[in-house]
Amino acid sequence: MRKIAIAVSWGIFVAFLIATAFLIHPFGYPPSEMDDYIIENTQSETGANSAVTAVVFDYRGYDTLGEATILFAAVTGVVMLFRRKKKEK
Amino acid sequence: MMSKIVRTMASLLILFALIYGLYIIMHGHLTPGGGFQGGAVFASGVALLIVAFGSNNIHKSLKEHHLSVLESSGALIFIGLAFGGLAIVFFYNFLVGSLMFGHIPPSGPNPGDLWTGGVIPFMNIAVGLKVLAGLSAILLVMALATTIMEVEE
Amino acid sequence: MTEDIPFNVPFLAVAVMVGIAFYTIISQRNLIKLVMGLSILASGVNLFLITLGYRKGGVAPIYTHTPARMMVLPVPQALTLTSIVIAVATLALMLSMVIHIYRHTGSTDSEKSRIMKG
Repeated sequence: MRKIAIAVSWGIFVAFLIATAFLIHPFGYPPSEMDDYIIENTQSETGANSAVTAVVFDYRGYDTLGEATILFAAVTGVVMLFRRKKKEK
Repeated sequence: MMSKIVRTMASLLILFALIYGLYIIMHGHLTPGGGFQGGAVFASGVALLIVAFGSNNIHKSLKEHHLSVLESSGALIFIGLAFGGLAIVFFYNFLVGSLMFGHIPPSGPNPGDLWTGGVIPFMNIAVGLKVLAGLSAILLVMALATTIMEVEE
Repeated sequence: MTEDIPFNVPFLAVAVMVGIAFYTIISQRNLIKLVMGLSILASGVNLFLITLGYRKGGVAPIYTHTPARMMVLPVPQALTLTSIVIAVATLALMLSMVIHIYRHTGSTDSEKSRIMKG
């Protein structure tokens, strides 16, 4: 009985996903105007030749700070889980 | 610890892997790449060393304490550069048009000039140090833990 | 690769990947297969982010030695970079916890390693 309920809810979820894949904007014509401003003014405002690096480090540098914090927390967790106890005599 | 042929070739190929990783980090503002990608390539070179020589031999000279100092210094340089332009906003690019890395490239397609970019090359180096030290520490600690488990049982 | 692709094939691929990942997380009992399902879910979301920003007949948004055509959107590519690094960090932490569970209880079955029975 419980398995039938779980399978039906999974089927409804996947049906919603496939309906979204057919009703979203056609592939290749995105409705966006913010990126036109970024592509026009990257070389005069930041001085970098690559728009992706300018977005990661200059227009959205605060997100990169949060991601560096997540990497630091994950490395601390892994090293803490594998410590060995020193034998005391 | 693998055979003599594997050890010789690994200690010859590690040079090319490290130079390639540092090249991707330094030219982040001209070509695709940057700090995260170059740090990952560098860490895969360290993985080659751990597989060829055994993790106990690598642990004799590369302890976790040195990697922790590298990672913390990368994070501190990143935050120090962010506070540098606090006169206007928090992450302001205060080196465009000044002496260090201050040229402005002409508009449209052009061959790249290394001396451009403002504060972006320094941030690439800081994030590259952080990712390099973090991924190497994860690999070293996990390799050490699984060999000790084999010895005990 | 500049002709019209019929009926949005990349978005259908994302829907199939997320559906398979959710089925794996619900029905598997082995812990390592559960971690694999979470990794497939992260890859599906990254693919969706990148295919949102494609312009028909565009080149990469970099000005060094490029032909003069329209450029694709650079902001979704920056968000996908962050998402990939976060997926790697959480995968490392999850696998360390699976190693510890195996060392303490002796099996990787999620039904046999329940400590809090109620």
